Amino acid sequence: MQVSLKKWVASGSPWVWLNAGAVAISVVLVLGLLGVIASRGLVHFWPSSLQEYQFADSHGSQMAVLGERVQREQVTAEQIRNAGLEVPEGVQILDRQLIKVGNRDMYGSDFRWVLERQLSDLNYPENAVAIERREWGNFYGYIVGVKEEGQVVAQQSETDNQLWSEVLDRTERATSIYKNIQRLESGTIGAVNYALEKLRLAERSLVLDGLDTPQNLAELQAEKVILEAEYARLETELMALYTPFKRDALMMVTADGQHKEINFSDIVRLYQPNSLSLWQKMQHYGMKLVEFVSDDPREANTEGGIFPAIFGTVLMVMIMSLIVTPFGVIAAVYLREYASQGFITRTIRIAVNNLAGVPSIVYGVFGLGFFVYFIGGNLDQLFYAPALPSPTFGTPGLLWASLTLALLTLPVVIVATEEGLSRIPRSVREGSLALGATKFETLMRVVIPMASPAMMTGVILAVARAAGEVAPLMLVGVVKLAPNLPLDMNAPFLHLERKFMHLGFHIYDVGFQSPNVEAARPLVYATALMLVVVIAVLNLTAIAIRNRLREKYRALDM
Amino acid sequence: MSSTTTATHAMKFSALGRPVQQLNLADETPCIEVKDMHLYYGSSKALNGITMQIPKKRITAFIGPSGCGKSTLLRSFNRMNDLVDGVRIEGEVTIDGHDIYAKGVDVADLRRRVGMVFQKPNPFPKTIYENVAYGLRIQGINNKRLLDETVEWALRSAALWDETKDRLHESALGMSGGQQQRLVIARTIAVKPEILLLDEPASALDPISTLKIEELINDLKDRFTIVIVTHNMQQAARVSDYTAFMYLGQLLEFDSTDKLFTNPANKQTEDYITGRYG
Repeated sequence: MQVSLKKWVASGSPWVWLNAGAVAISVVLVLGLLGVIASRGLVHFWPSSLQEYQFADSHGSQMAVLGERVQREQVTAEQIRNAGLEVPEGVQILDRQLIKVGNRDMYGSDFRWVLERQLSDLNYPENAVAIERREWGNFYGYIVGVKEEGQVVAQQSETDNQLWSEVLDRTERATSIYKNIQRLESGTIGAVNYALEKLRLAERSLVLDGLDTPQNLAELQAEKVILEAEYARLETELMALYTPFKRDALMMVTADGQHKEINFSDIVRLYQPNSLSLWQKMQHYGMKLVEFVSDDPREANTEGGIFPAIFGTVLMVMIMSLIVTPFGVIAAVYLREYASQGFITRTIRIAVNNLAGVPSIVYGVFGLGFFVYFIGGNLDQLFYAPALPSPTFGTPGLLWASLTLALLTLPVVIVATEEGLSRIPRSVREGSLALGATKFETLMRVVIPMASPAMMTGVILAVARAAGEVAPLMLVGVVKLAPNLPLDMNAPFLHLERKFMHLGFHIYDVGFQSPNVEAARPLVYATALMLVVVIAVLNLTAIAIRNRLREKYRALDM
Repeated sequence: MSSTTTATHAMKFSALGRPVQQLNLADETPCIEVKDMHLYYGSSKALNGITMQIPKKRITAFIGPSGCGKSTLLRSFNRMNDLVDGVRIEGEVTIDGHDIYAKGVDVADLRRRVGMVFQKPNPFPKTIYENVAYGLRIQGINNKRLLDETVEWALRSAALWDETKDRLHESALGMSGGQQQRLVIARTIAVKPEILLLDEPASALDPISTLKIEELINDLKDRFTIVIVTHNMQQAARVSDYTAFMYLGQLLEFDSTDKLFTNPANKQTEDYITGRYG
């Protein structure tokens, strides 16, 4: 049966197709985005095999290269010729590989591009060792011996592997000592330092207040002596740990025959990727993933974990929500319920809506000028004078970042709450008023609980926006490496004045500010994935709360 | 009461199908007194010179075509009209001799004493128990025993106790429309008002629920002064002692229900109740 075009258009089916197509494209885009980030980011933690090649340089001399193949691509011969390398006539396309050769302290860089036609004799040596070091990145090579207190205690040829278990034992020993050192340094010694700093400030404030009588000072001095004794004791304890920690050294040789001695204290972990079974590789992978989400970063953020960034992001978003929700709700209740709906209210509403469109960096500048310098500076003068000239709140920090983002997301919460309030049926309000409730009681007992799902919608939108925001944070509190978490065991536990790390800024820092671009690239993807996951988790939590509220205050069918 | 007769037939025959009451407005104790009241919404006049005395402990019905101002008049008895922007009232409304529009009147207290039930059931999204206890909690009563007693008393008074006693702590929104409306009545009488204003309380309900509401109103009339607005003339005839007929913002006739339905003094009243217009 013939259907005319006009009828077909009028039937609405092209419209349905158009809509469905748009939805399909959106879904594909989102899935593609997540797929790219996930695949690029997560592959990084897999222990890839170590390949050994004979590499012939342009002068014809042979050299062994050991490393991980990171990437393979095709380049035009033209490009290679322009780079100054000789390519025979007639060759149009060449394959080249990016190899991670590690040993940055010896070669100058971790990565090397090589043309595949320069490579020969590919093999996967079983006893090749990959060492993750605390400094200088990975080391790839072969074990030739072990030293204890400078004396060689065991040796093997570089093709052998009988020392492997001994090396593992000594690594284990060094790692366990390292854990104790860490606990001592960041835990106990940190607490003593914190107490000493407090004493110093107390003394200074006595001087400022003119209360520095000999008696007062003597009291402080007595406390100080006790703390300093404690400090000295801990330091000796620490020293006593460092000596055995540095006792053993590993003698290594690189593929091209250079010898290198690596102290066990510098080793994070070592493994022989070519002899790992699939199960062991998976274990290794899991371990690296756990390290990534739970450890501190190393080596200018290009190695180690991103825990402080995750922690900082979540904490900042939570504080921001705690600030923005009451303010937004109160403002919306006033605008919708109490203010007379005249010209001024309309103007305010338009202004609030427009605030949502102000570029976020502008909020950052405002936060820096108003919160940090003005309010923070005055707070310092009033309450933290002993610490001056070093600022306490007069410098970017967690509180100011949260406040700035609260300001940034305030319009979203106001608009969503107003929307929710306007949907509460008039009949329910009248029902409450007719029972002798005042307007305020009606609001508190009926209207606001019923509008709470809408408020949560506002908070969800605010969280989504705040967690992904980077630009304003750079001005008001985020740093590339924060020495301490804003939450710790020293009273008052939550240190709102501290600077913190943030996943969004971490991505920017690792991606653009890193000295080691190739090493950092997978981490950019992995961190981006982590940011998406964190935001998703925060949002899902908020959505779960909202759905509970919705169920509880299910709107009437009116 | 007979449920098979229609209004018009009933009126022609045995005065409304119920025992004829010998009622006379002049003999009643006035409860609400309205004196020359005019009410304006912005510039348009909604009520024009209303003067009436609503008797105590009786059921008074307001009838009249849509837009005649009967709901507006009802809502001015507990100052619900205050919530509408641009309302202006002239004249006097007194309850038990006190001017409710005088300065310094506590509106919340007035509304507690003059309870109101609306056209559509409007329970709060809370449990049945909390709905009934709401008015008491507003007054600061949190004594568990007192609340329990009052809730039971109110639900029994609203003939709802047997249906709800096992589900007091379930959401009120799970009830049927008729139950919800009786719950709203229970909620209203729980604060022990003196006057009950019912604004078309059964118009959104099915016939069976309507019947139950009407029976309930009849049961409550010994304890409360009841004013009911209705579109349904049979309902007014069935439940009320006195009926006021309003037309275009004016009170055209106000008399005992028997008199108004059987022997209306006003031509327009007769036209309306015999169904010529409205």
